[in-house]
Amino acid sequence: MKRKVVIIGNGMVGYKFCEKFIAAEHSSNFELVVYGEEPRPAYDRIHLSEFFSGSTEEDLSLAGREWYENNGITLHSNALVSGIDRKNKKISIYKGGEESYDYLVIATGSHPFVPPIPGVNKQGVFVYRTIEDLENIMSYGKRILAKGKREAAVLGGGLLGLEAAKALQDMGLKTHVIELAPRLMARQLDDEGGQLLLSSMESMGLQVHLSKMTSEIAGNGAITEIKFNDGTSLDVDMLLISAGIKPRDELAKDSGITVGPRGGILVDDTMKTSDDAVFAIGEVALYNEMIYGLAAPGYSMAEVAISQILGGDKRMVAEVDMSTKLKLMGVEVASFGDHFCEGVPHQSITYLNRYRGIYKRINVTEDGKKLLGGMLVGDSSEYNLLLQYVLNEMPLPEDPESLILPAGKDGGDAAGSLDILPDSAIICSCESVTKGEIINSVAEDDCSSVKEVCACTKAGTGCGGCKPLVTDLVADTLAKCGKEVSNHLCDHFAYERHELYDIVKVRGIKSFNEALDAIGKGDGCETCKPALASIFASIYNETANRQDTIQDTNDRFLANIQRNGSYSVVPRVPGGEITPDKLIVLGKVAKKYDLYTKITGGQRIDLFGARMEDLPLIWEDLIEAGFESGHAYGKALRTVKSCVGSTWCRYGMNESVSFAIMLEERYRGIRSPHKLKGGVSGCIRECAEARCKDFGVIATEDGWNLYIGGNGGANPKHAILFAEGLDDETCVRYIDRYLMFYIRTAKPLMRTAPWLEKLEGGVEYLREVIVDDKLGICDELDEQMEYMVGTYECEWKQAVEDPAIRSRFSHYVNSDEGDETMEFVSLRDQKMPAPWA
Amino acid sequence: MQAILEKYVSVSTDKVKNWVCAGPVDLYPDDGGKCFKYKGKQIAIFSFSRRNKWYACQNLCPHKFEMVLSRGMTGDAMGEPKVACPLHKANFSLETGKHLNGDLPSIATYPVEVRDGTVYIGMMD
Ligand code: SRM
Ligand SMILES: Cc1cc2nc3c(=O)[nH]c(=O)nc-3n(C[C@H](O)[C@H](O)[C@H](O)COP(=O)(O)OP(=O)(O)OC[C@H]3O[C@@H](n4cnc5c(N)ncnc54)[C@H](O)[C@@H]3O)c2cc1C
Ligand code: SF4
Ligand code: FES
Repeated sequence: MKRKVVIIGNGMVGYKFCEKFIAAEHSSNFELVVYGEEPRPAYDRIHLSEFFSGSTEEDLSLAGREWYENNGITLHSNALVSGIDRKNKKISIYKGGEESYDYLVIATGSHPFVPPIPGVNKQGVFVYRTIEDLENIMSYGKRILAKGKREAAVLGGGLLGLEAAKALQDMGLKTHVIELAPRLMARQLDDEGGQLLLSSMESMGLQVHLSKMTSEIAGNGAITEIKFNDGTSLDVDMLLISAGIKPRDELAKDSGITVGPRGGILVDDTMKTSDDAVFAIGEVALYNEMIYGLAAPGYSMAEVAISQILGGDKRMVAEVDMSTKLKLMGVEVASFGDHFCEGVPHQSITYLNRYRGIYKRINVTEDGKKLLGGMLVGDSSEYNLLLQYVLNEMPLPEDPESLILPAGKDGGDAAGSLDILPDSAIICSCESVTKGEIINSVAEDDCSSVKEVCACTKAGTGCGGCKPLVTDLVADTLAKCGKEVSNHLCDHFAYERHELYDIVKVRGIKSFNEALDAIGKGDGCETCKPALASIFASIYNETANRQDTIQDTNDRFLANIQRNGSYSVVPRVPGGEITPDKLIVLGKVAKKYDLYTKITGGQRIDLFGARMEDLPLIWEDLIEAGFESGHAYGKALRTVKSCVGSTWCRYGMNESVSFAIMLEERYRGIRSPHKLKGGVSGCIRECAEARCKDFGVIATEDGWNLYIGGNGGANPKHAILFAEGLDDETCVRYIDRYLMFYIRTAKPLMRTAPWLEKLEGGVEYLREVIVDDKLGICDELDEQMEYMVGTYECEWKQAVEDPAIRSRFSHYVNSDEGDETMEFVSLRDQKMPAPWA
Repeated sequence: MQAILEKYVSVSTDKVKNWVCAGPVDLYPDDGGKCFKYKGKQIAIFSFSRRNKWYACQNLCPHKFEMVLSRGMTGDAMGEPKVACPLHKANFSLETGKHLNGDLPSIATYPVEVRDGTVYIGMMD
C-alpha cells in the first residue's frame, strides 16, 4: 500500500514541496494529499503586486488544478485544517471530515502581523498578503477616489511596505509611509543607504514619516485619521498594515508540538518538528532561531523534508542566505550576505553618489581577501556577481573597490568574471541551480536558448533576479561549445529578421507560403507570420489586405480588437489639425453606430465598441467625409504630434503644424518592425513632446533640430539630437533614411529606442551611414522611401470597395447577425465592455 | 460561465449523429477561419490549406470567455496544428483542443469533412 503524505497549506512552499516531491526518485510509493485554506491553487505571492498592474489570477498561478490531477495529487482548496490528532495520525478539517497521514508537512506560512493599536478593526484598514486582500484594497481605493478622497498610508517602511506604497500610489492615491524606526528598510540598509532611499522615495512623491509610533486609528466606523505618540496626527482615508509577519503555528501549538517563545514551529536541520512524523517548512518554520520571510529558504526546506521522507539524509545548511534584490518605484535596492557585519571584524568600502542616488557598501574581511556581504541602493547591477563572491567564498581581486566603482574604461564585465566562478556556484538561489547545471543543460542537454535553459533547469523561474547572469552564462557556454547563439525568428525560420528581409528582397519572394517552402519549415506561427507580413509590406508596400490571414489580428481586421471582441476605429487626423465639419462627422458616425468616443494621447479621436460587421459601414461613412485609416492597429506610423507653432503661438519659430502634417502624410501607411511616432514643436518649450518620439523635430532660430530614438511607453527614453539647424528638405531626407535603415535592420517588435541602443557605434555610426553615406546605401534608402511614399493606398478604402474583402468582417459565415454574446454596460453617458468575470 | 462552457463538448467521428452543412469551401479563407452558427452554438471552422486539412472547434476562448477563436491565426507548434487566440495568444491544438502554452481547460473540437466542395461538421445534436 502507498504511504500517505498530507500537506497543510497550499502556498508557495507547499506547492514547491509537491513539485519537487513528484520529481524525486522513489516518490511513486507515496500518495500526496494537500489541504489549502485559500479558494484557489497556490499562486506566486512574490509577484502579487503585479495584480495591481493588470496581472490576472492565471498569470500568478503556479500550476492549475489539472497539474495536481495529472500528477496524482489530491488538492482540497477552500479547506481550512482545524486540528491535528498526533496519537491517531489524523487531521481534522474545519468544514467537516478527517484525513489520516503517515507523514504530515505543515506549510501554513504566516499572517501579516497587526500591532494591537486601538482602532485597527476600522473599515479601510487592510493587510497585504493574498489575492483577496488586493482585491479588497483595489475596490476600497476606487471607492474613496470616487468620493474625491485620496490620502492613503502604509504602516511599515520595510521591503513589503514600500512595495505596497507603490501600488497605492499607482492607484492615484497620495501615499504616506509611516515607520517606527529612524530609517527606511531598517533590516536591509544602514543609515546612509536608508537616507538615500528616503530622498529617492520622496522625490517620487511619497511622504515618509520616520520614528513615528502609532497610538490610535481614529474615525467613525471608517478610518479618517492616524494619531501618533508624539501628539501629531495624519488625515488618511485608507491604511495598509505591513509591520512584519507572524507564523501560523496555531495548529502545532494546539496539538502539543513545540513552538518557539516568539512563535514559529521549532525544527532541526531535517525539518522535523518535535514529532518525528511531522515536518514544518516555509515561513511557519523556526530554524536557527529565525523565521525566514523569503521563498528561497522555504524551497530548500521543502527539499530537505522530501529527502528525509524518502529515506535520504539531506540537511538544511547552517547559514541560510537571505540576500534580496528588488526594485522599489524604479529604485534598485539589494542586500547580500552579512550586510551589516554587526560584531564581526570587517572593513567596509563604500561608494556614495548623492547626485545620481547611488550608494554601495561592501564588507570585506580584515585581510581584504574575502567578501562578507553588503548593500546596494540605486544601482544593483553588480548584485549577482557580488553575491557569487560571498556564497562561494571566492578570493577578492587586489583592489576590491573596483567591484563597486562605476564601470570605467576597465570596468569588469560580468561575462569575463563568469570564468572565476566554480561550477558549484549557485546562480539561481530560488531554485538552487548551479553554474554547472546550467552549463550542462547547454553542453549536454542541447538547450540553445535562455528560455530552454530556464525550462529545463528551472533557473530564473522564481524571482527572476538571476536572469541577466543566466543569459550571460548561456551565451558564453554556447560560444565556447562552438554553437551559435540562436536569434532565430522562431522554429519555422532559422534566420533573424534582417536576414529574412534581405533574402525576401533578393529572391523576390512574394508570399508567406512561398517563403515557408523556400527557406522555412512547418506551417508558421503567430511570431513568423506577422514578421513576414511586415517585411512584405516594407519591401512591396503591400497593405494588410493582400495576405490577410498572416497579419496580426488587429491588422487583419484593420482595427484594434477590444476586450470583448469589439473593435476601435481611429481615423487619421494629421498633426492633430481638424476642421469643425470633420469633427461633426466623427460625432455623427459615433452616434449612428453607438460608439464610445475618447480623445487619444496621439491628438486624435478614437471611436470604440464597433461591432466587426459594422466596420465597413462605419468606414464608408468616414471615407465619404474625407477621412483615411489612421493605422492605429498597425506596426506603422501612428501620429506626428504637433504644437500650434508660429501660426498662432507668440514664441513659435516655425510652422510646426504644417511640417507635422507634411511628415504624417509622407509616412502614413508605412509598415515597420514596431509602431512609429513623430512630433514637431515650434520652439524649445517643446509642447509637442517631440523628444519622446521615434523622430522629433524642434524649430530653432537656425532651422530644425532633429532628434531620433525617443520612446514613451514602457521604457521611456528621450530622443537623441541627430542634427541641428536643418532646412525642410534635409530634415526630411535624414528622417527618410533613418526610418528605412531602421525598418531594414531592427528585430520584430523593437522600437527605435532599443534599436539605437543596440546599434553598434550608436548615433555616431548612424550619422556616418545617413549623412556621410559610409555604407554607400543612401541612394537605395532614398529610392525605397520614394517608392513607399509614391505607392501609398488607404487600406480601408480598398476594403470597403472590394466585396471580397468586405466579407471578411462578417462574424458568422451563415448569418448577417453579429455576435449576440457581446455585452456592453453604460459608463458616464457612454458605453463600455462588460467587465471580465 | 459554466453554462456556456458546458454547451461545447468535443465530438469524435464515431459519435457524430448529424453531419451539418457549413456552406461551400470558398466561404473560408485559406489558412484561416470563420465562425459558423449552429443551434445557438458558435463553431470556429478553419481551412488549414497548407496541409489540405480542415478543423473545427468552439469559438469561445476559455481564457476570458470571448467568442474570438475563429479570428485567430493558424500555424503549428512542433508539428501540431494550432490556432492562437487573437486576444492574448493562448495556443490551442486543433487536433486535440489542448492548451499548448499553459494550462487552461481544453477546447471542444469537432470533425470536419469536405464533400463536393461543401464543408460539413460532425455534431451530436
Ligand atoms: C488610444 C490610445 C490611448 C488613449 O486613449 O489616448 C492608446 C491605446 C492603445 N495603446 Fe498606446 N495608445 C495611445 C497612445 C500612446 C502613447 C502616447 C503617444 O503616442 O504620444 C504612448 C507612449 C508613446 C510611445 O509609444 O512611445 C503609447 C504607448 C503604447 C505602448 C508601449 C510602447 C512602447 O514602446 O513601450 C503599447 C504596447 C505596444 O505597442 O506594444 C501601446 C498599445 C496600445 C494598444 C494598441 C493596446 C492594444 O494592442 O490593444 C491600445 C489600443 C487601443 C485601441 O483599441 O484603440 N501603447 N500609446 C492612444 C492612441 C493614440 C493614437 O491616436 O494613435
Ligand atoms: C507582497 C509580497 C511580496 C513578497 N516578495 C517577496 C520577494 O520578492 N522575494 C521573496 O523571496 N519572498 C517574497 N515574499 C514572501 C514570500 O511570498 C513568502 O516567503 C512565501 O510565500 C512563503 O511560502 P509559504 O508556503 O511558507 O507561505 P504562504 O505562501 O503564505 O502559504 C501558506 C498557505 O497555507 C494556508 N494555510 C494556513 N493555515 C492553514 C490551515 N490551517 N489549513 C489550510 N491551509 C492553511 C494559507 O492560506 C496559505 O495559502 C513576498 C510576500 C508578499 C506578501
Ligand atoms: S512649442 Fe513653442 S511654438 Fe509651440 S506652442 Fe509651445 S511655445 Fe508655442
Ligand atoms: S481571451 Fe483568448 S487568450 Fe485571452
